[in-house]
Amino acid sequence: MDFFKLIDQLSEVDADVMGRFDSRRAVFSSLGTAAKRTALAATPLFLGAIFQKAYAGTTSTPVEVLQYALTLELFEQDFYAKVKASSQYAGASATDKAAIDQIKGHEDAHVALLRGAITGLGGTPVAAAPFKAAVFATLTTFNGPVYGTSQLGIAQLLEDTGVRAYKGRAGELLGTALLTTALQIHSVEARHASKIRQMRGQKPWVNPGDDAVLHPTYTSGVTGPTSTTTPFGYGIPAYTTASPTENNTTQSGVAITTALGATYTTADAAASFDEYLQAAEVLDASRAGGLVGA
Amino acid sequence: MSDHSFLSAWREQSLGRRLFLRVSAASAASVTLVAAGCSTSTPEPTAVDPYQLTLPAGDPGLLYYAYFLALTQAALYQKVTDTPPADLTAAERVIFADLRDHEVIYRETIKYVIDPTGATVLLPTDFAINLTSFTLTTRAGVLAAAQLLEDLTAAAYPTILPLFTSANIPQRTLLLKISSVQARHAATVRDLLTPGSFASSDVVENTGALAGQLRTKTPTEVMTAFAPYFAPYVITVANLAVPV
Repeated sequence: MDFFKLIDQLSEVDADVMGRFDSRRAVFSSLGTAAKRTALAATPLFLGAIFQKAYAGTTSTPVEVLQYALTLELFEQDFYAKVKASSQYAGASATDKAAIDQIKGHEDAHVALLRGAITGLGGTPVAAAPFKAAVFATLTTFNGPVYGTSQLGIAQLLEDTGVRAYKGRAGELLGTALLTTALQIHSVEARHASKIRQMRGQKPWVNPGDDAVLHPTYTSGVTGPTSTTTPFGYGIPAYTTASPTENNTTQSGVAITTALGATYTTADAAASFDEYLQAAEVLDASRAGGLVGA
Repeated sequence: MSDHSFLSAWREQSLGRRLFLRVSAASAASVTLVAAGCSTSTPEPTAVDPYQLTLPAGDPGLLYYAYFLALTQAALYQKVTDTPPADLTAAERVIFADLRDHEVIYRETIKYVIDPTGATVLLPTDFAINLTSFTLTTRAGVLAAAQLLEDLTAAAYPTILPLFTSANIPQRTLLLKISSVQARHAATVRDLLTPGSFASSDVVENTGALAGQLRTKTPTEVMTAFAPYFAPYVITVANLAVPV
């Protein structure tokens, strides 16, 4: 990728492109830094982040969105690391182990990607977001029938939360290549959720027949005061009203069950769409926020 | 010529709204007449395929593109649920019924978003999804067909969502909510066909700087792969924005 050529091409369609950066000097000084990180500079994520800074007008900085994503990936990574170190995992079938290993490998890659991007933008990546050891100790089975005491049951909650969480911040990345990268990760999280659900004998999509349907992962709202400066030290958007719940059957103002010329069941209408969660909801004590800690 | 008589009727019907699909130009007969009148020194006129459908530019084109993906998948799953292969298990039939229901809902929801009044004719009257390239009489054939379409669709969504330009947030949000369910579908049918393949390296980058990311496909790549299912029609996505 020839970065300078790209800037030239952009100048042809947008004469003010240089003015959109902090300053011409800042662009070229950051390129100088980037040249030392050629591997990173070659990634669309890095490029997208620069243009995000230049073009977008959101309240959060790109680094803050990336830090949030990194926090969730670190959290999942630590959870799967604890699973792999457990005796329950040791007793699992080879195919189940292989699935967990592959998912863990993806979380590792997501952590590495996000860390590199944050560092490349001059930020200091969030150091850790461990899954609470005391809670993990209550997960007595690998894949038992009770989701709240099974490792795969909690894995399902984490993956489905991840899908909702990436959706919740996608709008802040609009207009940038960074959005594509986030959506690529989001899509992989959905594949993980599908697999974990199949391993558990649940339908691969969130639906009213799920055994965990009443868990806050699938509802919305917060249970306590929210802060825009979370324990992780970066800002998140202020909590507004509750996001849609997963059993929502109205999309874009359209009643899916009745307004489309035929009638569809509430189960199908709800399962066809994955809903988003705001950062404050994800970090609420009832969801991931309550499971992060030493 | 009879091929074109119904087509021109549809064309008049649809072009009045000027909004969406347009059949590009004249019938083969008029092309022939023009060609006959040309001297040898002028370039031969390009014969226009009466079966070519050109998606509009901008956000309507993106919605239309998503509509064709859902249309194709819904047709496949309707066929499978109507006449399931004998070796498709009961549990798998339940999965396929859900897939059919989801894709029909996508098809109808996107159609509604394109035109809530329902007055726009989206397709030529003789347009039908062509499934003859699939083997739909065996479990393996059905799952292979489903995997092909689901992987392509899952790979399509991350590239088109960033291309929307309007301030109409609900449209983008709608497709965003669909995109992860498509990924769930893809992982499901992959694992049914080949256990453990839910996120294999042919769909998720496994090494290098992009490890852990979904491999995406552009509208041109996806529609080229979908071409057999639209035959004899040809859908052109040349007007759509090109993903970065």
